[in-house]
Amino acid sequence: MITLAHFLGLAAVLLCIAVAGFFINRKNVIVLLMCIELLLLAVNTNFIAFSRYLGDPSGQVFVFFILTVAAAEAAIGLAILVVLFRNRATIDVTDIDKLKG
Amino acid sequence: MTFELLCFYFFGTVAVVAALSVISVKNSVVAALCLVLTFFSMACVWLLAQAEFLGVALALVYVGAVMVLFLFVVMMLDVDFAPLREGFVRFLPVGMLVAAVMLVEMLMMIGVRSVQAPPGEDPAVLAGMSNMEWLGHTLFREFVLPFEIAAVILTVGLIAAVTLNERKRSHTKLQNPARQVMVKREDRIRLVKMAAEKKGEVAP
Repeated sequence: MITLAHFLGLAAVLLCIAVAGFFINRKNVIVLLMCIELLLLAVNTNFIAFSRYLGDPSGQVFVFFILTVAAAEAAIGLAILVVLFRNRATIDVTDIDKLKG
Repeated sequence: MTFELLCFYFFGTVAVVAALSVISVKNSVVAALCLVLTFFSMACVWLLAQAEFLGVALALVYVGAVMVLFLFVVMMLDVDFAPLREGFVRFLPVGMLVAAVMLVEMLMMIGVRSVQAPPGEDPAVLAGMSNMEWLGHTLFREFVLPFEIAAVILTVGLIAAVTLNERKRSHTKLQNPARQVMVKREDRIRLVKMAAEKKGEVAP
């Protein structure tokens, strides 16, 4: 049978892949946004696994809300990306240093 | 090894391989398509955990809407991806190192070998409902306010996305209602004093 550890292990692998993606693709904003989606997917898998094994529906309700907020985040993020590309003609993160942070 | 476990390993392997190609392929379009594959495999894994509604919702919302939006933006932007990959090799070792250390720590904490929790009966089946009914009962009884806040968040996101991308064109002719109602009589009519004219006289 599939145990709780199987789901948690798979989610951990996905999360680490997403974190590695942040490190190695630190210039391309589009891939960074995709890595955020991967990270949220791993977290959602944890929620679902615990909801299943503890018999509590609250975990699945939380996944529902995370999906909602992630959809809004992707829409606004991509809108900002399009405006950025129109104004600066680049999506390189290292070029976006106008605030001198 | 049961059939369920075989399915879990299959879908998990596909998801991990697709996720690895998301962060490593050169072309962002291919990366987006690999992310679609990852989402689809994870939706199958969620189905194996008896989360039927969320599995279908993931396939519909993410594969159907969010990833199409991603693909649309990637194809529309016409970005030259070659200079964006300059730091790839330089940051590859540190990224792999951090990820590997994190993974080892997490797996140690989970204890893949030691924890063998019995899965138990599906809680929704125990309650005599389908998964969707089970989820809906909780969602609309205990989480009504968060549900409505989520609706507001989606509306705000929609308005924000439209407002951000609204272009201001310079040569369009628009009415400005504020200036229209601010107009005064003096701006439109000018009264001129002049001598009255009589019938039969020729105007000089």
